[in-house]
Amino acid sequence: MALRQFKLPDVGEGLTDGEILQWLVSVGDSVTVNQPLCEVETAKAAVELPSPYAGTVTELLFEPGTTVDVGTPIITIDTGGDAPAPAPAGDGAAPAAESAEPAAGLIGGAAPGGRTAVLVGYGPRNTEARRRPRRAVHDAPAPVGADYGSGGQDRPPLLATAPDATVKPVRHGGLEVGRQAEAHARAEAAAPSRPVSPGHGRVRPLAKPPVRKLARDLGVDLAALTGSGAGGVITREDVTAAAAGPRTAPAQVEEQAPEQVLEQVPDLAAVPTPAAAPVAGERVPVKGVRKATAAAMVASAFTAPHVTEFLTVDVTRMMKLRSEIAARPQFAGVKVSPLLFVAKALLLAARRHPMVNSSWDEQAQEIVVHGQVNLGIAAATPRGLIVPNVKGADRLSMAELAAALTELTETARAGRTAPADMTGGTITITNVGVFGVDTGTPILNPGESAILAFGAVREMPWVHKGKVRVRQVTQLALSFDHRVIDGELGSRFLADVGALLSDPRTALAY
Amino acid sequence: MSVSSATTEMVDPVPGAAAPHLPQQPDLVQLLTPEGERVEHPDYPLDVSAEELRGLYRDLVLVRRWDVEATALQRQGELGIWASLLGQEAAQIGAGRAMADGDMAFPTYREHGVAWTRGVDPLHVISLFRGVDNGGWDPIATGFNLYTVVIGAQCLHATGYAMGLQRDGAETATLAFLGDGATSQGEVNESFIWAASFSAPVVFFCQNNQYAISVPLERQSRVPLYQRAAGFGFPGVRVDGNDVLAVLAVTRAALTAAREGQGPTFIEAFTYRMGAHTTSDDPTRYRLASELEEWKLRDPIARVKAHLSRTGIADADFFDAVEAEADELAQRIRSGTTEMTDPPGTAMFDQVYAEQTPLVAAQQAQFEAYQASFEGSEH
Repeated sequence: MALRQFKLPDVGEGLTDGEILQWLVSVGDSVTVNQPLCEVETAKAAVELPSPYAGTVTELLFEPGTTVDVGTPIITIDTGGDAPAPAPAGDGAAPAAESAEPAAGLIGGAAPGGRTAVLVGYGPRNTEARRRPRRAVHDAPAPVGADYGSGGQDRPPLLATAPDATVKPVRHGGLEVGRQAEAHARAEAAAPSRPVSPGHGRVRPLAKPPVRKLARDLGVDLAALTGSGAGGVITREDVTAAAAGPRTAPAQVEEQAPEQVLEQVPDLAAVPTPAAAPVAGERVPVKGVRKATAAAMVASAFTAPHVTEFLTVDVTRMMKLRSEIAARPQFAGVKVSPLLFVAKALLLAARRHPMVNSSWDEQAQEIVVHGQVNLGIAAATPRGLIVPNVKGADRLSMAELAAALTELTETARAGRTAPADMTGGTITITNVGVFGVDTGTPILNPGESAILAFGAVREMPWVHKGKVRVRQVTQLALSFDHRVIDGELGSRFLADVGALLSDPRTALAY
Repeated sequence: MSVSSATTEMVDPVPGAAAPHLPQQPDLVQLLTPEGERVEHPDYPLDVSAEELRGLYRDLVLVRRWDVEATALQRQGELGIWASLLGQEAAQIGAGRAMADGDMAFPTYREHGVAWTRGVDPLHVISLFRGVDNGGWDPIATGFNLYTVVIGAQCLHATGYAMGLQRDGAETATLAFLGDGATSQGEVNESFIWAASFSAPVVFFCQNNQYAISVPLERQSRVPLYQRAAGFGFPGVRVDGNDVLAVLAVTRAALTAAREGQGPTFIEAFTYRMGAHTTSDDPTRYRLASELEEWKLRDPIARVKAHLSRTGIADADFFDAVEAEADELAQRIRSGTTEMTDPPGTAMFDQVYAEQTPLVAAQQAQFEAYQASFEGSEH
């Protein structure tokens, strides 16, 4: 038998890693060439990877949800026959390299020298980060004369601080520099005790002038930041994130990792429990959906002046109506949830107050009132918080809305929400009640002007018709962009939603 | 209140969502309907034999199979990138088959179908996308210039080449390929002006696949593209780009006019990119699935197959044979790709000039010395 490993390729241009979303095959399955093996999400897209081999799957090397470096084997396939297998040759390695090393491609069989020869740009690489030793700048042979930019001297000495750092010399442009920074960061992480001066002796942190000004305005110390831009350049996002988040611990300064390491930005829908500081020593890398969420929340919190209003509502009648409606045939097969009623109430109230379904256009200095409601539902998924939306929700009947919400949440939970479903939203509901909490102060989905948080429905003592009764009660919280929606409009809108939920018959008056 | 000073207007919240994809188009030249029915057009009669029809079908299927295999190879890490032609097969095969022997094509980086019709080996195109070379074919022998990645630059090349043909007194023409996005480029507009001023024997063949990466055409042009030609002073024609027969007839007529000294023509092949812009792109971020579904109904291959079956020009055996040939081609592409060898680092010095110059030779020597300095070190 011949075991072949398929290494995670760079499916975009210059991607360094990808997250395995799901396996489409199992151990023991036979696969054909080009049969989809798994779905991988990168910074650019979620794509299916087709099999380069025909054979039997013998091992899946990573669980779904794992982020894997490009060039790392992810699956082992038994192609049958004697090794090395014939026809579809090449596991990303040059044939020459393979013939010289018959064991290459076997489990754990690293190519000689720790690096696989590649034919294609940023192609496969070994993750051990064992590379050519970089010679000290001064005793390196003068590389190719002045025409080639003689190299070295004025480059940020990312690697010079670690004489034993085993990385290639800088000669492939920015990407390679980024790679080295990454490899260097890994080396640093592996040897945390090694004393390293902040910024590796770099006196002045790298940042563009407008970013320096921003940092000064926000009171952020650039020297305390880790740049996420190419070559460790500190970006505008780094500065705003640092200003928004908790103060960066001094220990973080030494890292050269391109990925920011931040504490979680408080975000109601995705973080059911109060955002406690991570247990001492634990670092959570910020990437993928979390990274996008963090950037969006910071952008929203710092551009739209938020106001939040609260309303406690007796929803006993709504809950009764809910069980009646659920029994009707046209609602068979769809979920008739309290969320459905909140969504319907919001849509009815938004028809009365179209201004809540609008956007602030900073450039044009205009308020854009949308012609339809694309209703976003904040959903906690294995990949993090996402806000898919139902396009044209205001034109749907109750049954259609129920079906749309059911599909939207199922798709989101399965992690299959298409990016198009996450754009173009005009107003959002976040259902914090599913986590058993009462309310919160939601942050607007960027570009929108209102978000409604819907709390848990609880049995509570409540004054009903002059007597204290046990009633089903919930809390609503509406955050809105005060540039667009003033207190009067926000209050009326929230009161209307509440009235519709406490007495659904109110809808007849609309 | 806070809104009193701002203007308020109603807008469609989803840009492009309501855009018509194929509106009423009285000017669209079509000879084969999406259902596979042959129709006539007064200006573009086409006499096509059964043998030619079968040949066109074979071209379409093989080129698509090549494209699918290349996309898979990219996903397997064997190619750096791939620009898919999926959905544009008819536009490319029709245009390529309209060319005569002495004509010269100036492609973008997506004209794999045209390359096919000019006899370029698919592996010579693949090697470019694998980063092994800069395109492995002979442009003069094939009448197919090397791929141009700079958007629109090839229109200048094609116009200049056509002006050269004109001065040589040659009775041939050039065919410049461009996309809808390229029409917004300065050099494309310059080439239109030069071509018109000199009545150069060039045909501008624009595959309007509706998106310049993610930007829909309606953001770039207030008028249908073919109408722009009038402003430059030469004819513009819109043809159903998913109809290989209509493309063949229209391009053939335009090339004939060019060769006969009637000057340039602009052809807008109205089509749709069924896949991503390249393998680095995710089209679900900017276009709706419903739009894709709508275009699937206008598939360029399905209509030819329907026509062949309905008229009895081809039978199941023929279709099976083409499928088998496609699989063989895919296998040849797959094995040929993975067997490509890494060129030496010094290869880049060989093709800078036709003959080596002292400066390049010195740089090569320096580079070799630098490479040699790593000998013996662990790598």
